[in-house]
Amino acid sequence: MLQKIYDWIDERVDITPLWRDIADHEVPEHVNPAHHFSAFVYCFGGLTFFVTVIQILSGMFLTMYYVPDIENAWRSVYYLQTEVAHGQIVRGMHHWGASVVIVMLFLHTLRVFFQGAYKKPRELNWMVGVSIFFVMLALGLTGYLLPWDNKAYFATQVTLEIAEGVPYIGEMAKTLLSGDPEIVGAQTLTRFFAIHVFFLPAALFALMGAHFILIRKQGISGPL
Amino acid sequence: MSEKKQQVSRRQFLNYTLTGVGGFMAAGMLAPMVRFAIDPVLQTHARGEYKAVAEVDEITTEPQRFDWTIDQVDAWYESEVTKSAWVYKDEKDDIIALSPVCKHLGCVVSWEGSGDYPNEFFCPCHNGRYYKDGVNVPNTPPSAPLDVYEHRIEDGTLYLGNAKPRGEA
Ligand code: HEM
Ligand code: FES
Repeated sequence: MLQKIYDWIDERVDITPLWRDIADHEVPEHVNPAHHFSAFVYCFGGLTFFVTVIQILSGMFLTMYYVPDIENAWRSVYYLQTEVAHGQIVRGMHHWGASVVIVMLFLHTLRVFFQGAYKKPRELNWMVGVSIFFVMLALGLTGYLLPWDNKAYFATQVTLEIAEGVPYIGEMAKTLLSGDPEIVGAQTLTRFFAIHVFFLPAALFALMGAHFILIRKQGISGPL
Repeated sequence: MSEKKQQVSRRQFLNYTLTGVGGFMAAGMLAPMVRFAIDPVLQTHARGEYKAVAEVDEITTEPQRFDWTIDQVDAWYESEVTKSAWVYKDEKDDIIALSPVCKHLGCVVSWEGSGDYPNEFFCPCHNGRYYKDGVNVPNTPPSAPLDVYEHRIEDGTLYLGNAKPRGEA
């Protein structure tokens, strides 16, 4: 049945070369942990991607219950965690995944750094990678405010003061982030929500796309 | 053991294992999220309780609208919402309390809501009409009679419970 549907589509639009190009290519011996166990360090990029997929999926599902409003944000998180079936698991995936994804990203970066895999011609992809790192940190930062509990509130207070410390543009940067020169409140929460759920994921997708296209174009770096 | 050995190539074996492990992981990841998402469909909802609505001596043979409030728990949001009923005494002196929710598409009906149709309930949305006993007037949009509230009388006070459909008229 599935084969038939596949053939029907393939006959019309010839999709085989498309996925072959993505999925079907040689894995060089030096990156295959079956040949050299130490090659497991090459897995961290893929693991980062895997955890990112978990973040995106669990985040999408959390948004079914979460409301970015100062009266209701905390209560909606409390409700989804205590009253909704598996709420604790889905929130837990997003909560712990946010830390795990940054650990994986860091390990991946260490591997690339110590193998010198960022050297010409891959400097551009190193820069894309660093951008992904910053986007990921920003996702963690903006997401942290969303439960609107005391920890979230004061962590954000601190973040905003740090932004304010930037010379010359600090005050403007702070107001831009918090939506108000004085108050950390309603507008801060809606802004952080929009940034967390729409702006940063969009940037993340674009950067990840570039990252993977570059890897396919340039291939994985050679053995040490 | 059978004579001809079922040969499984290394490639096939790896394909099956990877698909199996991958499928298992995807399922483990998605199952909690899907259950989380469909929770509203599976939650049981508490039945409404009886609420005091009117004094029995206020009730006449002419339908009158009575409003009362209930505490509504909408997930993390609690509020008071107003419910209404059209209440009257029929020829047998029985109290009838009709739900004002139109059985066409859910607008709100009023007793003699249109000057053109005296002695009927009228729904302004698509000119739905009901006789005094709540039965829908044939050839108007509603396809069923108005729901009837469960009621109870205690010490001269009318208490209403849930509105129940009456089945086909
Ligand atoms: C891929 C990177 C992402 C990271 C690193 C991340 C990080 C975080 C963090 C740290 C929190 C606070 C969690 C807590 O304190 O329990 C959070 C909350 C939240 N995130 Fe994300 N997030 C990501 C992607 C997304 C996406 C794509 C969406 C939606 C489309 C999303 C929606 C939410 C929502 C609704 C909350 C509030 C619920 C809660 O706090 O449990 N996230 N995120
Ligand atoms: S909703 Fe009442 S007539 Fe259509």
